Amino acid sequence: MPENEGSNSSIVLRRVTGDDGAPRLTITGSCTLAALGKRLQPLSAELNNEAANPELRWDLTGVRQMDDAGAVLLWRAWGNQRPRHLRLRREHERLFDRLEKIPAPPAPVPRDLLWPITVPGNAVFLLWEHLTCLIILSGQLLLDSIYLAGHPAQIPWREISANLYRTGAQALGITALVGFLIGIVLSYLSSKQLQMFGADIFIINILGISIVRELGPVLAAILVAGRSGSSMTAQLGVMRVTEELDALTVMGIPHSLRLVLPKVMALGIAMPLVVLWTSAIALIGGMVAAEIQLGLGYQFFLSKLPDVVPLANLWLGLGKGVVCGMAIALISCHFGLRIKSNTESLGEGTTNSVVTSITVVIIIDAIFAVVFSNVGIR
Amino acid sequence: MTNGNYVIAVEGLYTRFGRHVVHENINLCVRRGEVLTLVGGSGSGKTALIRQMLGLETPAQGTVRIFGEPVHGRQHKQLQYMRNRCGVLFQKGALFSALSVYDNIALPMRELRTLDEGMIRNLVMLKLKMVEIDTKHAIRMPAELSGGMIKRIALARAMALDPELLFLDEPTAGLDPELSDGFVKLIQTLRTELTLTIVMATHDVETLVALSDRVAALDEQRMVALGTLREVVNTRHPFIAKFFCGERGKKILENNRYNL
Repeated sequence: MPENEGSNSSIVLRRVTGDDGAPRLTITGSCTLAALGKRLQPLSAELNNEAANPELRWDLTGVRQMDDAGAVLLWRAWGNQRPRHLRLRREHERLFDRLEKIPAPPAPVPRDLLWPITVPGNAVFLLWEHLTCLIILSGQLLLDSIYLAGHPAQIPWREISANLYRTGAQALGITALVGFLIGIVLSYLSSKQLQMFGADIFIINILGISIVRELGPVLAAILVAGRSGSSMTAQLGVMRVTEELDALTVMGIPHSLRLVLPKVMALGIAMPLVVLWTSAIALIGGMVAAEIQLGLGYQFFLSKLPDVVPLANLWLGLGKGVVCGMAIALISCHFGLRIKSNTESLGEGTTNSVVTSITVVIIIDAIFAVVFSNVGIR
Repeated sequence: MTNGNYVIAVEGLYTRFGRHVVHENINLCVRRGEVLTLVGGSGSGKTALIRQMLGLETPAQGTVRIFGEPVHGRQHKQLQYMRNRCGVLFQKGALFSALSVYDNIALPMRELRTLDEGMIRNLVMLKLKMVEIDTKHAIRMPAELSGGMIKRIALARAMALDPELLFLDEPTAGLDPELSDGFVKLIQTLRTELTLTIVMATHDVETLVALSDRVAALDEQRMVALGTLREVVNTRHPFIAKFFCGERGKKILENNRYNL
């Protein structure tokens, strides 16, 4: 396999003095990127040294193979021009012809000196843009709902039920696990404190009010925001990348009606059910821990619960579920539709969507706490 | 099959995706310095065969060797060396959408870690000039480019490390005839400068006639013909009759009769 070996043998530099007494540099072997490999850096320095002598006669006729990288290596050593004395093979002539006509690289974009002002300014504008877009999207959804009320045949039942299954039924496992563990932890810690005062019985009040009114809805909403919110954003984002959104537009199928509305409606229905489920499991977890820690019987716990937790708390929790669910779906879809057709934007959009959803869930919770501060607490 | 003259050797290859059989007993060798064209109808497994050669799929049975060594079960370092000697032009370009045109082409060069930024700048500009992309497009993002430009930039990226072995998946699909001719000329020029081995999958009879040294025809999971264009055209098989002797095929073959 002589040829095979030949293509792998690297470049060889030989310095000789020619018949006329002038210094000559003959280069033989392969002058390709694959053959040069790690020798590239030292070779570059060596060639630079040689090129310092303008009278040097370069003989490249022994070069078996040369590619662009090899040519660029020599070209840079020569200072971006041909040396005065150069002999090379005809087929390599073209490489250097091309290098002579190489266009200048594009100028780098200069850094804006006003960035301390423009960066926060742009952030404010971006926030404003998000707010207006969200309001427009919700308005569009309202118009769509009014339209669908008049044309019930066009309600996208299939999409709604698919979303119900994905965001509701498939979320049951993870919410149950998290709810149960939180219930146990909360019950265990509280019962330790209550035991000190001999107020064991109040464990039911603490667990009942905190889980039904606060922890159940917030836990479920945060989990659903991370789970379903991210998947909604990613789904819409990929549809943008693969031009599926454009395909829907040209078919005359509005995005808001077929993509956003079913998601918002489905999560508005599924979320209170998930809240109910999470609260129930968390209460069971708390009940188990209370039995172990304080010896509080299950039957006693269950019979006492309705007495100490007014029903209003349950409705409040479910109401939070509906509002949070619709807000999560709306925000996720908003970010999904804003994604541009590149992978970086997809990742960024999904992150922003989840972070915003969770923040908004907490904000909604705070608003509920303030507005309904007199409801359901004796 | 350790002969140095074979760059790729495929032996008894079976490919299955679940229950769906794509290839049955494919035997194929690619010689150093030749252009081998894979033809076949849609879904005949041209792309799958190229993906097998690249090691992106695992054969259900049989072996694929590149540069005399099996694609699967190599050491990481060897595999990397092999990958640096191969360039791939994907059907849809597969440019990195988060990187600009310049960075897309510079990426494989930077990954080598032997080239300095100055050399990379010169090389990227050379490659862009080679595919006739204006410098002002170098800072644009792939999403802002037309289909033809994406294809040419993807070729520039495939050629970034001056590979010995080039895989082209539908190189001229989606290009207008002028660009398509330019592409063929470009490949021909590259072949005079470097010993370039090319494996190409194409539907375009014109590109096929202009470039290929040998043709492999795939139909219904099997390879139905392998040989020079003349040999393949003279093979009696319904697929080949349909592919080459349709209206378009006939005209192009007649225009290039001296090639046969």
